[in-house]
Amino acid sequence: MTAPSLGKDLLGLQSLSATQIQHILDTAEPFKAVSERRIKKVPALRGKTIVNLFFEPSTRTRISFEFAEKRLSADTVNVASIGSSVSKGENLVDTARNLEAMRIDMVVIRHGSSGAAQFLGERIRSNVVNAGDGKHEHPTQALLDMLTLRDHFGRLEGLKVALCGDILHSRVARSNIWGLTKLGVEVAVCGPASLMPLGVRDLGVTVLPRIEDAIAWADALNILRLQLERMESGYIPSVREYNRVFGVTAERLARAPKDLLILHPGPMNRGVEIDSDVADGPHSVILPQVTNGIAVRMAVLYLLVGEARDWAGAASAEGMEDSE
Amino acid sequence: MNPILIAGGRVIDPSTGADDIADVYLVGGRVEAVGRNIDVPAGVRRIDAAGKVVAPGLVDIHVHLREPGQENVETVATGAMAAAAGGFTAVCAMPNTDPVTDNQAAVGFIVRQSQRAKKARVYPIGAISLGQRGEQLAEFGEMVGAGAVAVSDDGHPVVSSHLMRTALEYAKTFGIPVADHCEEPTLARGSMHEGVVSTRLGLPGIPAAAEEIMVARDTILAELTGGHVHLCHMSTRGSVDLIRRAKDKGLAVTAEATPHHFALTHERCDGYDTNAKMNPPLREAEDREAIRQALKDGTIDAIASDHAPHHYDAKERAFDEAPNGIIGLETAFGVAMRELVEGGYLSLSELLFRMSTQPARIFSLPGGSLAVGGPADVAVFDPAVRWKVDPAQSFSKSRNTPFAGETLVGRADLTVVRGEIVFERGA
Repeated sequence: MTAPSLGKDLLGLQSLSATQIQHILDTAEPFKAVSERRIKKVPALRGKTIVNLFFEPSTRTRISFEFAEKRLSADTVNVASIGSSVSKGENLVDTARNLEAMRIDMVVIRHGSSGAAQFLGERIRSNVVNAGDGKHEHPTQALLDMLTLRDHFGRLEGLKVALCGDILHSRVARSNIWGLTKLGVEVAVCGPASLMPLGVRDLGVTVLPRIEDAIAWADALNILRLQLERMESGYIPSVREYNRVFGVTAERLARAPKDLLILHPGPMNRGVEIDSDVADGPHSVILPQVTNGIAVRMAVLYLLVGEARDWAGAASAEGMEDSE
Repeated sequence: MNPILIAGGRVIDPSTGADDIADVYLVGGRVEAVGRNIDVPAGVRRIDAAGKVVAPGLVDIHVHLREPGQENVETVATGAMAAAAGGFTAVCAMPNTDPVTDNQAAVGFIVRQSQRAKKARVYPIGAISLGQRGEQLAEFGEMVGAGAVAVSDDGHPVVSSHLMRTALEYAKTFGIPVADHCEEPTLARGSMHEGVVSTRLGLPGIPAAAEEIMVARDTILAELTGGHVHLCHMSTRGSVDLIRRAKDKGLAVTAEATPHHFALTHERCDGYDTNAKMNPPLREAEDREAIRQALKDGTIDAIASDHAPHHYDAKERAFDEAPNGIIGLETAFGVAMRELVEGGYLSLSELLFRMSTQPARIFSLPGGSLAVGGPADVAVFDPAVRWKVDPAQSFSKSRNTPFAGETLVGRADLTVVRGEIVFERGA
């Protein structure tokens, strides 16, 4: 079987097929091992230049991409919006053209506007990876969530996953909905109705109004971060009440018919959407998610920049030899 | 101004319902005669209109011509030329210029630029409030004296119900409509219609309710004051219901709809196409259908383009950062023909009524009729031509249209304003 190409850019999971998503997850498997070696480097992207273009502050996603790039031997440059031409009013299209003129191979972009990654991808020849665009998609986050679920359950098809919290403003939720439903996972969304987007059922999910319903139904909870500014803009009254009504607490989990796997894309608000004893508890895979993030991003970068290859014989593939 | 005989066309006068093969004879800036085989002196310019439609020029009561302030995007002259090329003989220019058209001198400037351009007539609309800030009434009386035909804060909703009330009351003295951009601002903090597409795209949505709340308010204030409220660019099925109820009560409420709202839906925003970004936003298929039905039954009086030119740089941005609006003067007739006439909603005569007679009536403008003695504002249309929209060929300075590359039906071949040919296709 020839491996399915991802195309030039990874903009989101909505536009990918189940086979393509599966292929990324399968490609990530051998890359997990790279990070466990003494010398954490393979030469797969040697000589490739990658720009990490972050228009929004980000710690873990940017660092995770940077590690993925470096462990693939790519040359990387980080551009943050603060202190760069971006903050001097240069528009996205000019930034893109200037980067292109420097003959780069790939751009990883995080931007506050939905559609910004696609906008860039349509205007430059380099590969574009969406590291989060507005409220639209965050595909590598959903891929690492899926890889973590698959690691734990040994499969994805037939699982029940509830996405909990601020669905309205969440790109993580959208990417998870597309990716999970394509791979046969039953998806529910749960949160205050004021943070639930109109027509969300049409994306193929069930809406559960109460966190107790989600806990009773699901095999795994993916608990979204509650942005504290949602209070100021009047979507919810207070974080205190949010925790009391929608918080995932050990007490609530104790009433569940089975143990639930706990995911969180981070950064967590302990005591708001998730209690510490849940986050640090035996069923939490929040740190394995972070570890898997690097493997998934290595897989995405590798598949986009190189010719897509069948990874069945990954160990013998040229790019996977130790560089030591 | 030399006499013109437009001979042998299908003459449609939607003001009377007349629809027959005839000649139209224009002398001295007036319609001299309409009839078969009109005898004219030797040497009169004769235009053969066989196979064409001869009708009163179209009237667009809602355009943005950007002058003064953004002359790199459009001017009164280029906008009036684009209008003429679209078969329009008169357009009404919204006051959201820079500086705002909120006083008699600013109104007079638009009138003078229009007279210099000598293309389609351009009637200024004055602002409701000084600087369109929604606080203090502008001087309606002086603006009307200088040539304003209506008042509007278009681009901005009139948030204060008190201001809207006093504007409706005060405008009665001058017999002008108060045209409102209906949008409840605290609900309208989005960049497209709120629905399944905005959810998919992760774009903040503007619910239909943001428009309908203000439509309801304005019809209530029309009842309170007896003033004439004109509702701009109606986009939702709920608005149509509210207008229908107001008209059933006999209130002085009129309304317009744009070609893009009866042609396109929010699905068009897929792919973050900034040429599908406008305010009010493109809505759902059910809304589009309600607008079409409302144009058929007269709940919505008029078609207006909301011609809104933008520099190409401005639209070359992420969707939420791009400005609202599209150009529409040269595509309005072709889109309306395709969607409403070929679509089976209106006859050609009914379409011309919604694009010339009725808009002229509700804004008390000359034109919209071929009555003998009336102004020689006439357009000749090729009703059957199928043509592809090429924005580069536009007479507007701007290129922002979602109809680029689409095939439209029918367009103006000749436009006459005050008895002068201002546009002749291929000439």
